[in-house]
Amino acid sequence: MSKKTTTTADKKSDDAAGFRNSPVNAALESGQKIELYRTMVRIRRFEERSLRAYQAKKIGGFLHLYVGQEAVAVAACSLMGPDDHVITAYRDHGHAIAVGMDTKALMAELYGKATGCSKGKGGSMHFFAPEKRYWGGHGIVGGQIPLGTGLAYAIKFKGAKGAAMAFMGDGAVNQGSVHESYNLAALWKLPIIFVIENNGYSMGTSQARSSAGDLARRAEAYHMDWGLCEGHDIYEVRATLDKHLRAAREQSRPSIVEIRTYRYRGHSVADPDTTYRTKQEVEEYRRTKDPIQVFQTQLIAEKVLNESLVEEIDQAARAESDHAAEFAEASPFPTVADIQHDVYWEADNPADRKSAGRLFFD
Amino acid sequence: MPVITYREAIRHALSEELERDANVVIMGEEVAQFHGAYKVTEGLLAKFGPQRVLDTPISEAGFTGLGIGASMLGVRPVIELMFWSFYSVAFDQILNNAANVRYMSGGLLHCPIVIRGPANGGTNVGATHSLTPENVLAHTPGVKVVVPSTPYDAKGLLKSAIRDNDPVMFLENTMLYGEKGDVPDGEYTIPLGSAEVKRTGTDLTIVTYGRSVLHSLKAAELLEKEHDVSAEVVDLRSIRPLDIDTVIASVAKTHHVLIVEEQQPFASVGSQLTFMIQKEAFDELDAPINRLANVDAPAIYSPPVEAEQLPNPQRVLKAALETIA
Amino acid sequence: MAEIIDMPKLSDTMTVGTLVKWLKKEGDPVKTGDMLAEVETDKATMELESFFDGTLLKIFAANGAQVAIGEPLCAIGKPGETVDAPAHKPAPAAPTAEPAPADKGKPAAATNAKNEAQSRPAPVGQVSDLPHPAAPAPAPAQPTPPSTSSGRIKISPLARKLAAEKNIDPSRVHGSGPGGRIVRADILAAEKSGASGAAAPSSRLAGSGRTGPIQDDRIVPASNMRATIAKRLVEAKTTIPHFYLEIEVDAAPMLELRAQLNTALEAEGVKLSVNDFILKAAAEALRQVPAANASWEGAGIHYHGAAHVSFAVAIEDGLITPVVRDTHAKSIFQVSTEARSLGKLAKDKKLKPEQFTGGTFCVSNLGMMGIDRFSAVINPPNAAILAVGATVKKPVVKDDRIVVGQRVSLTLSCDHRVVDGAVGARYLAALRQLLEAPALLLI
Repeated sequence: MSKKTTTTADKKSDDAAGFRNSPVNAALESGQKIELYRTMVRIRRFEERSLRAYQAKKIGGFLHLYVGQEAVAVAACSLMGPDDHVITAYRDHGHAIAVGMDTKALMAELYGKATGCSKGKGGSMHFFAPEKRYWGGHGIVGGQIPLGTGLAYAIKFKGAKGAAMAFMGDGAVNQGSVHESYNLAALWKLPIIFVIENNGYSMGTSQARSSAGDLARRAEAYHMDWGLCEGHDIYEVRATLDKHLRAAREQSRPSIVEIRTYRYRGHSVADPDTTYRTKQEVEEYRRTKDPIQVFQTQLIAEKVLNESLVEEIDQAARAESDHAAEFAEASPFPTVADIQHDVYWEADNPADRKSAGRLFFD
Repeated sequence: MPVITYREAIRHALSEELERDANVVIMGEEVAQFHGAYKVTEGLLAKFGPQRVLDTPISEAGFTGLGIGASMLGVRPVIELMFWSFYSVAFDQILNNAANVRYMSGGLLHCPIVIRGPANGGTNVGATHSLTPENVLAHTPGVKVVVPSTPYDAKGLLKSAIRDNDPVMFLENTMLYGEKGDVPDGEYTIPLGSAEVKRTGTDLTIVTYGRSVLHSLKAAELLEKEHDVSAEVVDLRSIRPLDIDTVIASVAKTHHVLIVEEQQPFASVGSQLTFMIQKEAFDELDAPINRLANVDAPAIYSPPVEAEQLPNPQRVLKAALETIA
Repeated sequence: MAEIIDMPKLSDTMTVGTLVKWLKKEGDPVKTGDMLAEVETDKATMELESFFDGTLLKIFAANGAQVAIGEPLCAIGKPGETVDAPAHKPAPAAPTAEPAPADKGKPAAATNAKNEAQSRPAPVGQVSDLPHPAAPAPAPAQPTPPSTSSGRIKISPLARKLAAEKNIDPSRVHGSGPGGRIVRADILAAEKSGASGAAAPSSRLAGSGRTGPIQDDRIVPASNMRATIAKRLVEAKTTIPHFYLEIEVDAAPMLELRAQLNTALEAEGVKLSVNDFILKAAAEALRQVPAANASWEGAGIHYHGAAHVSFAVAIEDGLITPVVRDTHAKSIFQVSTEARSLGKLAKDKKLKPEQFTGGTFCVSNLGMMGIDRFSAVINPPNAAILAVGATVKKPVVKDDRIVVGQRVSLTLSCDHRVVDGAVGARYLAALRQLLEAPALLLI
């Protein structure tokens, strides 16, 4: 073994310790660490349960699973203060659970039920929880980024000490609306982090085949800060995002942060997963960098977790996802009359309606 | 009553609403320092400052989407598109985001934004700057669409639009900006979705909106003088919500309908009106519903020919005579 | 208890999957996450993943089988457990909570329920609470409006409503609107004049027997074409001294030649009609007897240098006579092609004036309509017109024996001012010779 390799290995373990000991992580109590771990496990079990439901034809359309990326959403959302806001694209289940949405309402939404978080009107790609400052859940690649920029604008306009985190995948970075948003955020010094969850593939096209140059470094052209971190280590994600969040909240400095992560499933579960990458590649990541396994190992080493607690958390997460599925199954579908509710605020609030005339045309 | 221009009426509405509600902001290309590409927002920067009146880069998808996102958090942005023709580059933001976020969230959100600007042909700017997308916009449930024809209506409707909790698309007209009309001092609003009979008549109903109202009124005078035909002119004022009742009441009186619209004819606002009139007033019709729209092609540049591509008083007159033949 | 693994939904649009290959065999241990098989969907080949731990007890679908979503593929359970092949499942029912369509303010709940029952059969294997229709759908409550046998009355919706209210029979009202449409003013005028009287008996009474009118009693304004036909034919029949000559021709040789040519030259698109032979023969006979190719012009007789044979075509509201110009100079194949194209243009009302004027001789053929023989009115300024009947089989005397012959009747109407009996007779003789030896027409 060469000296250089040893040095690199040492540096890596130093980094890992560094992230663990960074102020934002050092401040975590054991209970909080367990909750972070638990949230990641809950996301994974929820996603696995939803896949079963999809294959049993309980769920329509697309299903973009977050399995493999759990540390990113959990880390980011764990940093949210009372004036911080989150918006993401269509791979939105992880963020929804991480901000604290009820998995029963999420599963019911997947089942298209009236008890779903969007009353069965949005589906997998469109989860929202404004009271948790979670603004979706958006289907068009990159289309949510101007909205996230608008959230940051509103935060600044109202004089709040908060920031917006606008998530996108590596496939979104080449959309025009994303660059328009970068420019506006930098120009107007908006408190926002553009978080690129780089799972390596925009659908079935690898980063090398779809994006020229470095993703986050494009920030330099806009005179924005940027950062890059590994997404399998929740400590690292928290440490990195915390730095950028503080800059956003305290100095209204926007930034772009690229988080390298990986998804184990196809782009959507309906899409083939073997045409653009190998099974070995997936297995290798799962074996060496699985974010839940990595954090579990760390927490066991820290003596925060033990085998029986791990088992207990896992069983509880499985039970929760089963309950969510049972709840969804037992829930009623929306009615045909419901189709025309929630289209116009005025139509839903007839007592406050000021306009006249017809709003619907059937 | 003071006589002011359509441009001034819009400016007054903006100014009064900026004053009334601290959450209202104006954004768009050249709206602040430049005074507005068509001088609609002239003076607002000086009066309200750069926090409330913001120049944006040429970046319609970006700033329209930004406005939509901000509106979800309670800001009430009034976004100016220099031309509505540029909506095409912000289409995803307007029709996927503004129109759908309320629905996709099961009613958890609403989006109180106004997007305004001129949408018209007739100024010899060619096909890319002459779009009149009110039909495309109104096609999408979730948005409201307003097309005022007079200074009075423009002011009253814009104030209502800014106070509305749904996204409102407000389509003005560069050829109307200089038109003058009576506008009272002080506060008034006109509810969206209320049509107005701009001229009463007994033989023919002309249903129209926007600048075509002016053409129709001129044609109605000629019909009266030269052909002894009494035409009623119904100005829709807003396309969605739509005051079809006023239209039907007029049809029940005259039994003949001509729709006049500055639209490409295929699947236009007039197409929708035609469906509704035949459905709801079939037994009142004494002749087929007629429609005068643009000559169906992209907007031609050639100045004298463009005038013939769009509705104008002579074309309205001819179509009216066909309708009652 | 063993878990039965069904064909999963592996894509948003999939309905059936093909089991490409089992990756495990019966008896193999299986863990959650293991790949059991490869399944080909409409989008791609996907892997079938196990959600259970245990042993693959039984495989129900062989490699290559096409299996619908929800149909069993295999069973996983404890080693040694026995499983029976599950019964074929009914197709998954539509969501049971599917609500009835929202009633938009129409107080017809009962009707709605009935419509539901009629339009949607109860799901198989499910007891339906919905009332089943006891009888076939009832007849519509509204009587159907009286249908007129010869086209509908053009009337505006408002005028129709007014006519009903005022008990005015619209069929007796003159329409002053575009295209003769009855409009409100017409009904009001009819009411004032009282001319229209009471409406016809209701359709229910009229419909019970055959006492109703056979068509609407009405006056239809003459179209331009109809007015022209009327004027010219009155002029022809009243000013031209007609006389008629009639012969019967053996059509068998012509039919035989026609069949031969049409078979032999089918690939070249040749499809000669009897009429084509007659048009060509008429022109050739004019070549032989040019005195018939003439016009009376008051001061004299115009003998035409070229034979432009026209032929009558029935069209929507009249008839027209397109002209095959220089018929004498064209082959029968050219005549055929041109006549067919002119006939189509005539039916489509697309003939140009030069295509239906300037004829020197006319042929009118009602044979295809089953007419044995008839006499035509001369089409001025022609001096003659040839009326062609149907080609019919009939007994003929040949070599003093009665045999079955194919005969066609030809009647020549002649303008006696130009064509005398002898000229007409010579013309018909020439025509007979040509038609009975039709190969001459190919020269």
